[in-house]
Amino acid sequence: MDRRTVLKGLAGVGSLAATGGLSMPALSQGASARTLRFVPQANLANFDPIWGTQYVVRNAAALVWDTLYGLDATLQPQRQMVESEEVSDDGLVWTFRLRPGLKFHDGEPVLSKDVVASLTRWSARDTMGLMIKAIQNELTAVDDKAFKWSLKAPYPKMLLALGKNNSPCAFIMPERLAQTDPFKQIGDYVGSGPMKFAKSEWVPGAKAVFEKFADYVPRQEKASWLAGGKQMLVDRIEWVVIPDPATAAAALQNGEVDWWESPIPDLVPLLKKNRNVSVDIGDALGNVGSFRMNHLFPPFNNVKARRAVLMALSQEDYMRALVGDDTSLWKPLPGFFTPDTPLYTEAGGEILKGKRDLVAAKKLLAESGYAGQPVTCVVAQDQPITKAQGDVTADLLKQLGMNVDFVATDWGTVGSRRAQKTRPGQGGWNMFHTWHAGADCLSPAGYSAIRANGDKAWFGWPDSPASETEIAAWFDAKNLDEEKAAIARLNKAALEDVVYAPTGFFLGYTAWRNNVSGIVKGPLPFFWSVSKTA
Amino acid sequence: MLSYILRRILSTLPVMGIVAMFVFSLLYITPGDPAAVIAGDQASPADVERIRQGLGLDRPFLVQFGAWLWGILHGDLGTSIFTNLPVASLIAQRIEPTLSLMAITLVLTILIAVPLGVVAAWKAGSWVDRSIMAFAVFAFSLPVFVVGYVLAYVFALQFEWLPVQGYTPLAQGFWPWLQNLILPAIALGSVYIALIARITRASMLEVLQQDYIRTARAKGLDQRSILFVHALKNAAVPIVTVIGIGVALLIGGAVVTESVFTIPGLGRLTIDAILRRDYPVIQGIVLLFSFLYVLVNLLVDVTYTLVDPRIRY
Repeated sequence: MDRRTVLKGLAGVGSLAATGGLSMPALSQGASARTLRFVPQANLANFDPIWGTQYVVRNAAALVWDTLYGLDATLQPQRQMVESEEVSDDGLVWTFRLRPGLKFHDGEPVLSKDVVASLTRWSARDTMGLMIKAIQNELTAVDDKAFKWSLKAPYPKMLLALGKNNSPCAFIMPERLAQTDPFKQIGDYVGSGPMKFAKSEWVPGAKAVFEKFADYVPRQEKASWLAGGKQMLVDRIEWVVIPDPATAAAALQNGEVDWWESPIPDLVPLLKKNRNVSVDIGDALGNVGSFRMNHLFPPFNNVKARRAVLMALSQEDYMRALVGDDTSLWKPLPGFFTPDTPLYTEAGGEILKGKRDLVAAKKLLAESGYAGQPVTCVVAQDQPITKAQGDVTADLLKQLGMNVDFVATDWGTVGSRRAQKTRPGQGGWNMFHTWHAGADCLSPAGYSAIRANGDKAWFGWPDSPASETEIAAWFDAKNLDEEKAAIARLNKAALEDVVYAPTGFFLGYTAWRNNVSGIVKGPLPFFWSVSKTA
Repeated sequence: MLSYILRRILSTLPVMGIVAMFVFSLLYITPGDPAAVIAGDQASPADVERIRQGLGLDRPFLVQFGAWLWGILHGDLGTSIFTNLPVASLIAQRIEPTLSLMAITLVLTILIAVPLGVVAAWKAGSWVDRSIMAFAVFAFSLPVFVVGYVLAYVFALQFEWLPVQGYTPLAQGFWPWLQNLILPAIALGSVYIALIARITRASMLEVLQQDYIRTARAKGLDQRSILFVHALKNAAVPIVTVIGIGVALLIGGAVVTESVFTIPGLGRLTIDAILRRDYPVIQGIVLLFSFLYVLVNLLVDVTYTLVDPRIRY
C-alpha cells in the first residue's frame, strides 16, 4: 500500500462522514460570507507576471492588474481598459484611447505613459510582443489618455496580442514599476484591477490576500473570462496554499476553504459524494500532454527515429496513466491544437491514429541507424503528470528495443537540465516530459512549444522550416479561413518533422462548496461574479 | 559555568562557518536552476539566461560565496530569489509556527513519555510494561503523515473538535493558537513519545537496581518518591541527551507535519525553497537550524549539571 492509497482511503472515510450529514465545524461557521478562501493550483512564490510567467502568477495578477483587452469565452479579444482604437488604412499605425475613470490602487489615474512603459516591458518578454517590437517604429503617448503604436509592417493580430491570456499577459502597471528591467522583479504590486494585493499579509508558500478595490470601475458588459464587467461580489479573497491534496480535500469538506482550483483525479470521486461540495470540469480547454525529443543529438536528430517513437506510442496508455479510466476526461489528439476550438485540425495526424504498429516502428528505428546507445529520459517525479507520462515512455522505448537511461529527478532539475545543449552523456538529455495548457495551444500565438526555428526554438530545438513557414502564414492570415488553412498545413508539417510528441488531450476538475456560486469554466480562475453565502 | 557557556557559544562560530561553506558548496553543485523555475514553462532558453544573469547566478562560485558571506557578516541573510523579500523576514514570518509546534510537541512528549517510561520500569515484566512497550513499538513504527491523517479524520472530520489545517498566531488568542497545534503536535510527538519512553525505561531499570534504591526502600520511602525523586534524577542524563537529540529530529519531522497540516512554518519554507532552488533561503534556514542545534546541545550540557552535581565544567 503506498502513501497515496492511504490518503485516498482516509479522504474517502472523511467524505462518508461529511455525506452523513455532519454539521460544519464551529471554526468555519464564523467565517465571513464576504471572504472567499481559495486553494490555488500552486504556491504564489513571486508576484511579477512579466518577470515570472508561471500560471499561478498570471492567475493572481489578473486580479490586481488590468489589461487593455481581454479574451472572452468565444476566444475573441474585447476592449477592457481601452475605450476605442483606430488603425490606419495601411495597418501601420494603431491609436488607442483609454476609457475614463481608470485608477491605480495608489489613487493615481492610469495614463498613457503608464501604458507605454508597461507595453515596453511586456514586449521584451512575450513572443507576440517581441514580434511587434521587431517591426516597431515607435510606441508613444499622444496625450494622457491616448497612445500610438506605429509599425513598419502590418500586424493583424495586435488586439489578440494585447488581450490574450497566455503568459505573460500585457498587464498595465504604473510607469514607475513598468520601468523595471523585464528580467528583474518588481518590488511593489500596484495595479488598476478589481482587487488590491495585501502585501503585508503575504506569506509566500502559505497565504496571499486580495482586497476589493473600491475605486475600480467595471465595464458595463457582462463578464466573460478576462473581458466585460469585473464585478467583485466578495470583499476579500484569501489564497490558502495547501500543498497536500488530501489535506485540501479534507479542508474543503470541512468548510475551512471554499474553492479548490485543481483537485487531483484520485480524490474527485470522493468529493462528488459530499453533498456540500460541487465538482465540475475546471477548464474545457484542458491540457495537452507531451514529451520532447532532443533534435540535436542521436538518435533523435534523425527524423526516422522520432517518427518511429510516434508510430509506436499509444495516447490511450498515456491518458489512462494520467487521469485513470474515466474516458470523459481525455481524448486522443492526433495533432498539436486544442480540440473543439476553431483552429483544431487532424491534418497529417494519421501517424498517431489506429492500431499501433510496433514492428514497422522498430524497422523505421533501425533505418535511422539507432545502434543501442543510451537514451537519456529525464522525468520529474514530483509532478504527477510528468511522472505518469515518463513511466509510459520508459516502457514504450523498451518495447522499441531502445536502451533507456531513466533519470528520475525533480521538476527543478528538469527545468535546468532541459536547457543544456551538451551531449546526453555529458549532462544533456534525449527526452523530457511536460504538458501545455489547452489555452496556450489554440493558435501559434504564445505557443512556444510549436515553434521549430532551431536554435531559437523551445527546448529540443526542432528545426522545421516548413512548420515555421506556416506559423508565419498564420500570423499574416487575414481571416479565419486563411488561419485554418495555415494551421492545417502547420499540423501536418510539425507531425512530419515531429516537432514534439503529443501524448493526448486531458481535462481537470475544480471543486467548491455549495454556498459559493458564479464559478465559470475557463483557463484561469475568474473571481469576478463569484459570490458566497454564509 | 558562565565562561564555559561563553566559550561554547564562541566555539559555534567556526562550526557555523564550516556549515555555511558546506551548504553553499552543496547548493552550487546541486543540479537545478531557479531561473528556469521563475521563467515558467513557456520561456525561451534566452529568457532563462537573462533571468539567471539578473539574479547574479552566472557569477563564479567564489564571487557568489564572497558576496553572501560578506552579507552574513553584516547581519544580512540575503534576499529570496523568488519572493524578492529579505530572507530574515521570511524566517521571521515562519519561525513562530515552527517554534510553537516544537514547544508543544516537546512538552507533550515529556509529559507523556517520561511517566510512561518510569511506570514501565517500575512494573518491568508485567502486562503494564508489555502494554507500554507494545504501544511504543507501534508509535515508533507509524509514519508521521499516517498518524496525522488518522488524527485529522477522527478529531477534525468525525468529531469536528479541531481544524484540519492552518495556524493561528498566539497573538490572536491562546485557544485558537492551541487548537491548530494539538493534532500536529500529537502526530509529530508520537515517535518521540515512543523513543523517550523506551530510553526512560531502560535508564530507570538500571538505576532501580542500584544499592541506594534498595536503601531508600529499606528506609520506608514511598514508591513515588523513590521513582520520581531518587531514581529519575539519577536516570536523567541519558533521557536529557535523547530529548536534546529529539529536538534536532523534531526539526526534520516538522517538515512533514507542517505539510500535512498546512502550518506555515520553517519546515514548509525549507521544502519550498529546496524545490525551487531558492538558494539564499535554503542557506539562511540551514544556518538557523545549525545554530539552534548547537544551542540545544549547549542547553543539554548545562542541564547535566542540574541533574548530576558531579558534572562540572
